[in-house]
Amino acid sequence: MNNIANIISISIGAVFINNFILSKFLGLCPFFGVSKKLSSATGMGMAVVFVMAIASSFTWVINRFILIPYDVAYLQTIIFILVIAALVQLVEMALQKYSPSLYEALGIYLPLITTNCAVLGVALINTGVNTFTGEPYTFFESLLNGVMSGVGFMLALLLMAGLREKLEFSNIPKGLEGLPIAFITAGLMALSFLGFAGLNFFSPVGG
Amino acid sequence: MEILIPLIIVGSIGAFLGLGLGIASKKLFVHVDPRIPMILDVLPNANCGACGYAGCSGFAKAVAEGKAAPNGCIPGGAKCAHAIADLLGVTASAEEPQMAVVHCKGGRKEAAERAIYNGIQDCNAATIIGNGSKICQNGCLGLGTCVRSCPFDAIFINDNGIAEVDPEKCTGCGKCVKSCPRKIISLIPKVHKIFLACSNRDRGAKVKKYCSVGCTACTLCVKATPSGAITMDNNLPVLDYSKEENFITAAYKCPSKCYTDLVKKRSKANIDTNCDGCGLCITVCPVPGAITGEKGKRHVVDKEKCIGCGNCLHICPTHAITLWGTGLQPKQARMA
Repeated sequence: MNNIANIISISIGAVFINNFILSKFLGLCPFFGVSKKLSSATGMGMAVVFVMAIASSFTWVINRFILIPYDVAYLQTIIFILVIAALVQLVEMALQKYSPSLYEALGIYLPLITTNCAVLGVALINTGVNTFTGEPYTFFESLLNGVMSGVGFMLALLLMAGLREKLEFSNIPKGLEGLPIAFITAGLMALSFLGFAGLNFFSPVGG
Repeated sequence: MEILIPLIIVGSIGAFLGLGLGIASKKLFVHVDPRIPMILDVLPNANCGACGYAGCSGFAKAVAEGKAAPNGCIPGGAKCAHAIADLLGVTASAEEPQMAVVHCKGGRKEAAERAIYNGIQDCNAATIIGNGSKICQNGCLGLGTCVRSCPFDAIFINDNGIAEVDPEKCTGCGKCVKSCPRKIISLIPKVHKIFLACSNRDRGAKVKKYCSVGCTACTLCVKATPSGAITMDNNLPVLDYSKEENFITAAYKCPSKCYTDLVKKRSKANIDTNCDGCGLCITVCPVPGAITGEKGKRHVVDKEKCIGCGNCLHICPTHAITLWGTGLQPKQARMA
């Protein structure tokens, strides 16, 4: 029971309560850049989920078995950037080789994920403490956190893309057309996601 | 010595990742035609779609694969076609550069309106509602649908409320031709500077009532063009630009001034001392009183009246007439 509660807590937490875009304000560049069309937003969302999952698992292993034992945890940021950049390169090469159509569809966005702070964000959060168990994230938990953070990113991206496709046809004051109205929309979405902030399904152990 | 630990860790992780990527780039190597990015470099990269592909990269790929001709890029023109041909090692036949023209000049001053249009400022929207506010059913609405379609910023709505193409900027991509709901924009060869600025097919008496520059189908231009380059089609002259014809006489003869000449100042005829005063030039000159002179004596051209049509050039038996001054000569001068 506790295990399931833990999974649900991490999932809901990553997707809604601590949504990367709308609560933590990380990864805003692709959020505005790729949210013009629903189809490309889906592709970008999938790519982020994929990269976040791989990045969380690899960085967890490096953190746990290299950085912590040698007492160099302060190198987390630089090492994680290194690992994530290399991983994305690798994924890009593999995609170009084995799935050219997906490679074409993701286009410029795949290399952009390299510098996406949301991916680095999830890796750094995984080095912290799981608020539900009150202990450091296990490998499985950090993987789950990575995937669910990606899902949350994708959710925000899809919501935004859907709204922006509708916005194209609405009567917007001329000075607000394009990016300005997207910023306002994003702000309103962030406000509504604030409603999840108090959500706490299962009280943490001992809390 | 403490500093060695992070050095070794970061260094070894970096080296490991670099090695991994190096191996991966060999193992996962995908052969990409190196000519594609090279072709893409010489293309205008405006992604206008005039070539029929979804953007410049699509065209570059098709050219590299031999599916498209090197001269397929219309905005790039001959320069681009040659650059691509050089890359591919083939010879390119350059397409004659074209430009768009708007076949209407009946603006606020000339053409009567039958209603006031206050709706969405777009020609398509205006066409849906009662086919626009002008009485003329073929006139330019001047709401700028073509302006917005132009990727090169070459069309503008002039002071008279009529769309006008800047010949300097126009690349002949043809996007405006497709965008116009009235279908009154077409492409003409860039060397030709004269076109019929009217698309109305109504009868003359009717046209006169609502547009002072409308074509009345008087056929004077057809009669003024012995080369047969102008034919009447359903009350509207059709100009055949493939024939050797400069249309200057036709434009001059038009009583409603429907023709637009993009050349502001044409070169004028000049008769030199070789003139033997045969008077043949006076018979072919469309402007009364532009060439004067007594029989047997050297004739003179009135530079104010001469329209530079070049009719007299080749009729002169002593080759005494040449075109002087600004303007385009080689292709414009008629080779009758």
